[in-house]
Amino acid sequence: MSIFFAVIKHDLAMAFRRWSDLAMPLVFFVIVCTLFPLALGQDKELLQAVGPGAIWVAALLATLLSLNTLFREDFDDGSLEQLALSEHPLSVLLLGKTAAHWLVAEVPLVLLAPLLALGFDIPAAGREALLLTLLIGTPTLSLLGSVGAALTAGLRRASGLLAVLILPLSVPVLIFGARSADLAARGQSIEGPLLLLGGITVLALTLTPFATAAAVRVTLD
Amino acid sequence: MSNASSDNLRQPTGLEWRQLALWRGDRCLQKNLNGHLQAGHAITLRGPNGCGKTTLIRTLCGLTEPEYGEVLWNGTAVRLQRAELHAQLAYAGHRAGLKDELTPRENLHFAARLSGSDDNDLAEIISALQLQGCADLPVAHLSAGQKRRVTLARVLSSGKPLWLMDEPFTHLDQAGREWLSERFNQHLRANGMLLLAAHQDTGLEAHRERVLELQGGEP
Repeated sequence: MSIFFAVIKHDLAMAFRRWSDLAMPLVFFVIVCTLFPLALGQDKELLQAVGPGAIWVAALLATLLSLNTLFREDFDDGSLEQLALSEHPLSVLLLGKTAAHWLVAEVPLVLLAPLLALGFDIPAAGREALLLTLLIGTPTLSLLGSVGAALTAGLRRASGLLAVLILPLSVPVLIFGARSADLAARGQSIEGPLLLLGGITVLALTLTPFATAAAVRVTLD
Repeated sequence: MSNASSDNLRQPTGLEWRQLALWRGDRCLQKNLNGHLQAGHAITLRGPNGCGKTTLIRTLCGLTEPEYGEVLWNGTAVRLQRAELHAQLAYAGHRAGLKDELTPRENLHFAARLSGSDDNDLAEIISALQLQGCADLPVAHLSAGQKRRVTLARVLSSGKPLWLMDEPFTHLDQAGREWLSERFNQHLRANGMLLLAAHQDTGLEAHRERVLELQGGEP
């Protein structure tokens, strides 16, 4: 277990040494979320209707941007080999890397979302729900993404392939996430979709580390 | 092939490979490779570029699955006990496995955590490899030779008995090569195992070193 936290610490230290890489997906997220209100005009009802969905899609695409670098550099500089040759379970080590990715790439995005929701005139209840659904849903995006990133780490020009692999699998998260934020904005209960979202996250947390480890071994072969 | 019961009686130790076939893509590099590396001994792989030295090393440490044949660690197939082999092994390949943003000290510290060794003797190995001057600079600022020294420090301080090294002497100066040979000899005298690919003279004690010439590399 301590090696899990050691990996997180190591990856965080690295991420903060080149924060510009970190900031790029975040800036992308902010820009996309501000473009929608500008393009759609003054119609409050329309903005409120599309808001949660638009923010969720932007979060998904920003995640995709940051996932490209998740294992690529580790593959190129040989660190991935060293992880695979460690006596510790590879799945635990890679889960640590994925957790670090979530902390540096997803958490800031989750925290910014309620602020950007103001641009869509989403009421307070909707903003809270957006924060909550993103908080529960984004770990799944990181976890699913880690499988795709592991499979494509050894390939050149694979960013398109990663999108094709990951986006279809993210659809359930997108549906339940955006839907519950929408329901909350209309003053309805979001318990149902929220529980389903949590279920998906738990499922991803239990299954994807093994898939990621297997994918890394295939990539290194 | 000897049957299993006599294998058990002999308690075979070390790293053994039988009838290995190495492929890279759709090209067969080597066929029917056999070898046995025992405690206190070294095997040096020699051969022209592209003959499969790196592929053999990667296969032996379990990064690449052999197309045919098997690798055994202490008499048991490695694919059945990968963690047991990895607990005893330190590997340095072509890729340094260093993070450009971190300093050599941070890199080595994390490597020690990964391999489960304690990093008390990091200071000793850093000064032995004359890395004191750059131990706290980001690796990106280091020269190729200095990066090689950091990679070596990782293996030498790992405390593992089995070292697999792909061309450890490249980028090192004359004094560095001599120092490394001496360090290898110390490791072998302490009953360690060493498998390396090299184009230069390795400077290992002759009675401990076996050379494995790989033929081929046909286009």
